[in-house]
Amino acid sequence: MSASGSLWLIPALPLLGAAINLLIGKRLGRSAGILATALVVASFVVSVAVVGSLLALGAEERIHTQHLFEWIRVGGFSVGADLRLDALSAVMILVVTGIGSLIHLYAIGYMHGDPRYGRFFAYLNLFVSFMLVLVLGENLLLLYVGWEGVGLCSYLLIGFWFEKTENANAAKKAFVTTRIGDTAMMIGLALLVLRFGTLDFSVIFGSAAGTLTKGAATTIALLLFAGAVGKSAQVPLHVWLPDAMAGPTPVSALIHAATMVTAGVYLVLRMHVIFEISGVALTVVAITGLVTMLFAGTCAFGQDDIKRVLAYSTVSQLGYMFMAAGMRAYSIALFMLVAHAFYKALMFLGAGSVMHGMHEETDMKRMGGLIRKMPVTGVTFIVGALALAGVFPLSGFFAKDEILEVASSTGRPWMYVLGTVGALVSALYMGRLVFLTFFGRARSEEAEHAHESSLVMTIPLIVLAVGAAVAGILDTSTDGLISRFVEPVVGSVPEGAAGIARSAVVTISLSLAVVGLFVTWVVYASGKIDWLALRVRMQPAQRVLEHGWYVDNYYSALLVTPGKAAAAWLAYVFDAKVVDGVVNGIGAAVRALARSGRRLQTGLVRTYALAFLAGAICLLVYVGFRL
Amino acid sequence: MRTPIAYFLVLSSILFAIGTVGVLVRKNALIIFMSVELQLNAVNLTLVAFSRMHNSLDGQVLAFFSMVVAAAEVVVGLAIIVSVYRRIRSVNVDDAEALRG
Repeated sequence: MSASGSLWLIPALPLLGAAINLLIGKRLGRSAGILATALVVASFVVSVAVVGSLLALGAEERIHTQHLFEWIRVGGFSVGADLRLDALSAVMILVVTGIGSLIHLYAIGYMHGDPRYGRFFAYLNLFVSFMLVLVLGENLLLLYVGWEGVGLCSYLLIGFWFEKTENANAAKKAFVTTRIGDTAMMIGLALLVLRFGTLDFSVIFGSAAGTLTKGAATTIALLLFAGAVGKSAQVPLHVWLPDAMAGPTPVSALIHAATMVTAGVYLVLRMHVIFEISGVALTVVAITGLVTMLFAGTCAFGQDDIKRVLAYSTVSQLGYMFMAAGMRAYSIALFMLVAHAFYKALMFLGAGSVMHGMHEETDMKRMGGLIRKMPVTGVTFIVGALALAGVFPLSGFFAKDEILEVASSTGRPWMYVLGTVGALVSALYMGRLVFLTFFGRARSEEAEHAHESSLVMTIPLIVLAVGAAVAGILDTSTDGLISRFVEPVVGSVPEGAAGIARSAVVTISLSLAVVGLFVTWVVYASGKIDWLALRVRMQPAQRVLEHGWYVDNYYSALLVTPGKAAAAWLAYVFDAKVVDGVVNGIGAAVRALARSGRRLQTGLVRTYALAFLAGAICLLVYVGFRL
Repeated sequence: MRTPIAYFLVLSSILFAIGTVGVLVRKNALIIFMSVELQLNAVNLTLVAFSRMHNSLDGQVLAFFSMVVAAAEVVVGLAIIVSVYRRIRSVNVDDAEALRG
């Protein structure tokens, strides 16, 4: 089979797994997980083969498309189920299937003994399938199908342990919050259809420059970006992601760190043509990213729940990606996406391993000294944390460094300064997480008796740690491997005004990372400072950060409570009085009319006959006059 | 010489009027029924008369048609009267007033 002819297999294999596990997952028992993992691995193998054949082509011809069938035809508008593999989607499918395989493998161990084991893997496979449709779709409608599909799977998996009300609520919150963005995105798609008459990428990219005015491009780009903001948990729609940690940890790693939340970044990269025509939209993207990055970084510093630290950290890192995309450094955003997928999936899985060893404890205040009990988890986690904090030569260093380098040359110095501050903040929260969890003395019974997880869980950790460590070679500069690979699709990183020298950028960010880690070591692990006492003294600030600047409370007061009140008024007042009033009123009027009308029915046949006669005479008179 | 059409029409009107009055004033269902037949035949007479006047067979055909329909109607009508009688032991139409509103 030719390379482009087997594109469909990539999303179809996990879909098959989902179907099998949904139908007979219960009977499969433990092999449900093995089957699901095998199918994702198979999908990964096909992906590697297809991307390999893509690499054999010349740089400008690297695109495979496959037409499966015509999906919708209404008048002149038609949408085909077409798949498209170019450099951008090639990187995405490798991340999704590659990291997805490892997380599936890990989940075999992590979900062992769960009563809904088969169903878990069915959802996980379904998610991978939708995610692949999202990145492989050749038109925006197919992308949207994947987009909503992964949203559905996210909902199902966040609420996987729905017996606990808070889990079900978290799932609902995630779904509703992202819905806000999705609705805007749908309007954006409608506007695109209006302008182009199609949603095919090839047509839109080919004719966008001549078709769209600056204003129209801004409107469409911002509507699409609203979808990305919801999906990628950017301010102001970030509130769902920390709560989404209610789901099983492999879900957090796969959906809420490595893949689904990066779909928004993918969308911006994919549609960058329209964002560039607008210009304003790119600035909005960059500033949203910057604000989110700083905001979520501070929140991450205030969390005690290990998974919530990682969740806010993910929001913050996604902010970096959008910042890069907003500065037209698309290839760097993509590189950061890949590097982040490695080290954040690694850390989530590591956190899951810690929770496993600690009887599902997530409070870092009750951990400490775990590196002695769980050496593999601890070491791999530290690799991930150092990568995130931007320590040379791990992958996060190169990604963050390139973003700051571009920021320094955009002619907006404040962007560079704030980006660097963000680097310090991420070193601080990462240091706090690592030192609280793995160093110092054990602060609870569970921490003293923690145990290392089984091989099926530690092997993915080791593989991901190696990836997080060496992924930097993929893009060591703004002209690195990934940048050159995706250049035909997203263009090269713009040469800005001469900024600060690269060596200076590197030195500053690296020394800040080291300072941040050192400070947290002094506070949390050196034993010289009583951090619990410090914490009590800083109580108000700590509370604000822990509650994420109380954004949830503002939303609750400004939107949710009035919304609920409005719904209650509609249900109990408007519906009962007005809607029911109209219906009952019509009924009463008909009954009153009937009460007077029934007197005509005398039951006497001869009266009726007389009425006939009268009618006939009237008719005759009428006809007579007409003639 | 042909009989003028007016003769037929006058006779027909008289028959129809008798039938109409019969339907309206009599109470016995059978008599009312006979009165209806009288009305029908008055109309048939008109049809045939006009048919002759126009030298066309259409009217006569229509008269036959209405006779056939009347025959069928008699069957149904008498069946109804018999059923009503069985139920209320009377053929007085004023006694059949179950439908009064």
